[in-house]
Amino acid sequence: MNADPVDALAATAPDGIAFDDLHVERDGDTYIFKTPEDDHTELGEEGLRDVAADSSYVDNWYFWHATAPQTDARWDFLRWLEAAEDAAVPDRYDALADGVVTEWGQLRITVSLGGDGERTYELRHVDDATTPAAALDGYDDPLDARELAKHDDDGAYRPLKTAPSLQTGWQFSALGPAHLVEAVHAFYPATVQNWHREREGELDVTHWHETVSRQTGIYGVVQTWDRGEGYEHVNWVAEACCDDSQCLKRREWGYDEETDLDVDGGGGAFPCREPCSLVVAAARQWTKLEGEQSKTYEFELTPSEKEQVEAIVDAVADGRADDVREADVYDGANRYRTRFLRAKLFDDEGNLCGVETKD
Amino acid sequence: MEQALVIAAHGSHLNAESSTPTFSHADTIRATGAFAEVRESFWKEEPHFREALRTVDADEVFLVPLFISEGYFTEQVIPREFRLDDWDPELWTSDGTSADSATLTATDTGQTVHYCGPVGTHDSMSDVIVQRAKSVTDDPGVGDGFGLAVVGHGTERNENSAKAIEYHADRIAAMDRFDEVQALFMDEDPEVDDVTDFFESDDIVVVPLFIADGYHTQEDIPEDMGLCEDYRDGWDVPETVDGKRVWYAGAVGTEPLMADVVLERAADAGADVSAAIEQVRGETGETSAAGD
Repeated sequence: MNADPVDALAATAPDGIAFDDLHVERDGDTYIFKTPEDDHTELGEEGLRDVAADSSYVDNWYFWHATAPQTDARWDFLRWLEAAEDAAVPDRYDALADGVVTEWGQLRITVSLGGDGERTYELRHVDDATTPAAALDGYDDPLDARELAKHDDDGAYRPLKTAPSLQTGWQFSALGPAHLVEAVHAFYPATVQNWHREREGELDVTHWHETVSRQTGIYGVVQTWDRGEGYEHVNWVAEACCDDSQCLKRREWGYDEETDLDVDGGGGAFPCREPCSLVVAAARQWTKLEGEQSKTYEFELTPSEKEQVEAIVDAVADGRADDVREADVYDGANRYRTRFLRAKLFDDEGNLCGVETKD
Repeated sequence: MEQALVIAAHGSHLNAESSTPTFSHADTIRATGAFAEVRESFWKEEPHFREALRTVDADEVFLVPLFISEGYFTEQVIPREFRLDDWDPELWTSDGTSADSATLTATDTGQTVHYCGPVGTHDSMSDVIVQRAKSVTDDPGVGDGFGLAVVGHGTERNENSAKAIEYHADRIAAMDRFDEVQALFMDEDPEVDDVTDFFESDDIVVVPLFIADGYHTQEDIPEDMGLCEDYRDGWDVPETVDGKRVWYAGAVGTEPLMADVVLERAADAGADVSAAIEQVRGETGETSAAGD
């Protein structure tokens, strides 16, 4: 397409244009140019060029057809970021002048108006919403997002891209539309495409049973955990792995086509369409562990010790163990409290209350 | 019609560096502009194999596994996860080291997928092993007075794993470049533990045929060979073991010339990437006749 919006409009006008309240059509040897604010008829090409030259509708049409990526998912996502289907061009441009903000997982995307109707996309962590740009590390190559996505703020590896542990402290200050979508993909792979499929009513959900059934190799064993004996175990898996506190995707898969799980799927912007590789890998371990028969052990604990064991499990499960303050001996998961419990109740082999595991 | 390249790699839930060679080679190829899109995909990371194709706009995709051997992953896992439903290992007509490509349709996206054999069994992989030896010795002429050990996992899970190692060891031996070339394994004879027993040469370059550095290449093999007592202590290059100098190269997959093998796989499947191959060979290694 021509590099200039007016040239592009003049070149396209013979075929007619109808987009975002801009209507251009041929009428014999002349053109009709209509927007909610303008209504011109019997325009020659020069006249058409004149009225187009100052029109934000033309800039807008040009951006969405010459600059923005044209594939459905990317285009739709970018349109959604500026609420293009809900707001007329003048209102939208007013909003874009201030910047339109959307949160996508832990990403904060701000779209603003550049010159000639171009859009500029600013990307940062939601927790950095009010951080001065000078305090953030600047990036402009969307592929750099792959490295940012690898580690959390403590430097720990993030095997799950959509875990709510994205590191802070960075900014992509001025991405173009195609690069914005690429950066989003690097942080949250395939989320734009699956979100789009869901909007179109075409999300291909693969449920737990089907996912487990196709596993082979070392993961084939998970099938033995799934023999039509109910789905309580899958509730536990989803509660453990798929809760919003663990993953920002909104779980859309259930036990099978007919059977939803009993736990909440979360409120994320983008869907989860099948159990991921982490869930399958964890399920392999649980399949082994859950193959054991329960036994009766006898331990003597004070009421506070029982509650302390529960507090420790809660702290670890909620990722809170490292946050318990060193001198907060009132918290059961405090390190001194836990060391005291171990000193008192464990024998030299690490057995709780001296009770051997394989008694 | 626009063509895309999708690289399929293992990835890791535990090791942050597992994906690094994949990203690096993808970036090298991306920079050539040979494909409209280059996309990384993983078994253990994201984008997962299952969802990679939907992120690619092109209708025609060259799918290249960044795996060493032909077997479980290339013949079962990758075709299944990419929904290449008409796949059959017979389509590669391979003896275990001679896979070519097969053209299939992905059922979830309708894209045409040229499913290529893994990088590890392509002939040009021999060049990368040699290039790795040059890199680790910092000597473009390395060969005379040197032995070369090509190290693989072995047959624990897949008999083709050993075949790929032996295939390249034989090809490199036929180049008459090194005084000696030996295939060694982690879990079967001849074992890498006894590396110095297998060579007369005083200098031995050891190149593990692995895609990424990780537990095996950075902990297991160095300790087994006696480069160090504990991998955390590190080792020198070269390190003296039993009176011989062992030049330990780390995973061959980290060698920049690996990007060439990915391109060669796509070229063999019909991608028009000859200019990119020349460019990548020029940037990442020396032109060699070995892969011709």
